[in-house]
Amino acid sequence: MVALAENESSSLRVQQVSKSFPVPDDPLARRQALSNISLSIAPGELVSLVGPSGCGKSTLLRLIAGLDTPDSGELLIGPDPINEPSAERGLVFQDPNLFPWLTVRRNIEAGLVARRVLREKRNEVGEFMQVVGLEAFADAYPHHLSGGMAQRVALARALINHPKVLLLDEPLGALDAFTRMRMQDEVLRLWENRRTTMLLVTHDIDEAIYMSDRIMIMTQRPGRIDREIGINLVRPRDRTGESFLSLRSQILEHLHLAGKGIDVSV
Amino acid sequence: MQLAVPLAALVTFGIHFLLSKNAPPLEAHSYRLLFLEIVGVSIVLAVAQIFWTALRKWMRHMWPIFTAAILLIGFWDMITAGFRLLPLPYFPGPAAVLRSLISDRGLLFDSTWHSLVLLLSGYTLGVIVGLVSGVCIGWSSSVRYWGMPLLKVVGPIPATAWIPLAMVVSPSAFVSAAGLVALAVWFPVTMLTASGISNTRASYLDVARTLGAGRGYLIFRVAIPAAVPNIFIGLFMGLGASFLTLVVAESIGVKSGLGWYVSWAQGWAEYGKVFAALIIMAGFFSTLMTLLFKVRDRLLVWQKGIIKW
Repeated sequence: MVALAENESSSLRVQQVSKSFPVPDDPLARRQALSNISLSIAPGELVSLVGPSGCGKSTLLRLIAGLDTPDSGELLIGPDPINEPSAERGLVFQDPNLFPWLTVRRNIEAGLVARRVLREKRNEVGEFMQVVGLEAFADAYPHHLSGGMAQRVALARALINHPKVLLLDEPLGALDAFTRMRMQDEVLRLWENRRTTMLLVTHDIDEAIYMSDRIMIMTQRPGRIDREIGINLVRPRDRTGESFLSLRSQILEHLHLAGKGIDVSV
Repeated sequence: MQLAVPLAALVTFGIHFLLSKNAPPLEAHSYRLLFLEIVGVSIVLAVAQIFWTALRKWMRHMWPIFTAAILLIGFWDMITAGFRLLPLPYFPGPAAVLRSLISDRGLLFDSTWHSLVLLLSGYTLGVIVGLVSGVCIGWSSSVRYWGMPLLKVVGPIPATAWIPLAMVVSPSAFVSAAGLVALAVWFPVTMLTASGISNTRASYLDVARTLGAGRGYLIFRVAIPAAVPNIFIGLFMGLGASFLTLVVAESIGVKSGLGWYVSWAQGWAEYGKVFAALIIMAGFFSTLMTLLFKVRDRLLVWQKGIIKW
């Protein structure tokens, strides 16, 4: 279908990155959001990032997307440093953030228009609408879509640029449990077909175990990677299998320690 | 129910027939013709709706308002020409106003045309300048730093307050009046456009940037579409301000147009003509408003179902 993205240039490395933000009420103080965080993701790998709320997961994702710049440290895609947002790093938020003034088709085309390649690549629009199963809704406006459909449009919109890395910031967090499981399979299917490097931020430990090759657990403020767990289960994974459940309790236990009892969605 | 309109017309005309017997024959004649027409057309419609469903729906919806409007004319007739409850010549009856509309139609048409040309040139200019300055102020923080104070100080001055200055500065009355209308439109359009642009949801801009958008895309394909609902509020406010400025400017400086016509007719104490011009203005201005509503509905079709207008 689509060219595989798996080569050395789509690896992601984060080296000793720190990021702090000003505290709104105190002009002198700064809150440390990330402290000396390092990680690396191999080309074509699907990695999840879990951790208590406020641990800086989303901050890290924004840095990788190039929407913010770190105070110190370096971020690299393959050999190239990340300085600014680029179409080679797609980002999907929890809120699909579709442009409400554009139809589904035009939303999916947005990346092509932005890069001024719509004319050459118009044929891909239909293909991507098919990939996410939305041909019938091509001319609908976003507010007519259900949450799951809207998120599929957001995925197609990010994927049409053939990003080297796809960053997912709790993309399924707002969906009901049933839709969510279906969408997990759908994202996995996209990933298996395209082998785009993916970094998934999630609150949902089951989702992380079900989907990823590797799980990184982050600690509370300032955020650091506390632990990495490789998931070597064969896909499709059995959500009720013994090894699944033992991984789950292992991570939960760790998060309770790491987060000092902070709420963890189960 | 479908016969309420012709019945109301008969009542209204009956009032006239009974109460204003000594009206000038020409007035009574055209008034009678008008009501015979209303009676005739409404009876034809009442028959046609039996066979035409769309028309029936429309008439079901509209008949109370038409009936009320016609009865209101009868009431007006009764308190003016009938019982002389309001002082003449300031409050002529509907028959006299109708007569003025007919006898002075040439000049009224001419005045309406001049008003339209003046209004549209001023409005268009004001909207174009307002959109450009609004987008610049809303998008760039340095333009906002310098532009916003100017806007806040100069903007709220009513455009009509500039009339003395405008008449001195500009080469022709038309240019100065169009400039004043443009000024009146410029302020609300700039203000609302700027606030719409600067309140664009940051996440839309973030998404666009990760899709590879440059500055042109961010401004023209994200910020401006996101600001369109706001911009239309500015366009509506500007249209209202432009009517006001137009009428004042015409009655002071320009020697044509509906505003001029009103003050000219008033000078001759021909209040029938004043009312005739007011009726034309009502139709003229509300048509322009309706047109703007139509443009908005077309452009903001994506909001259908989100927002109740």
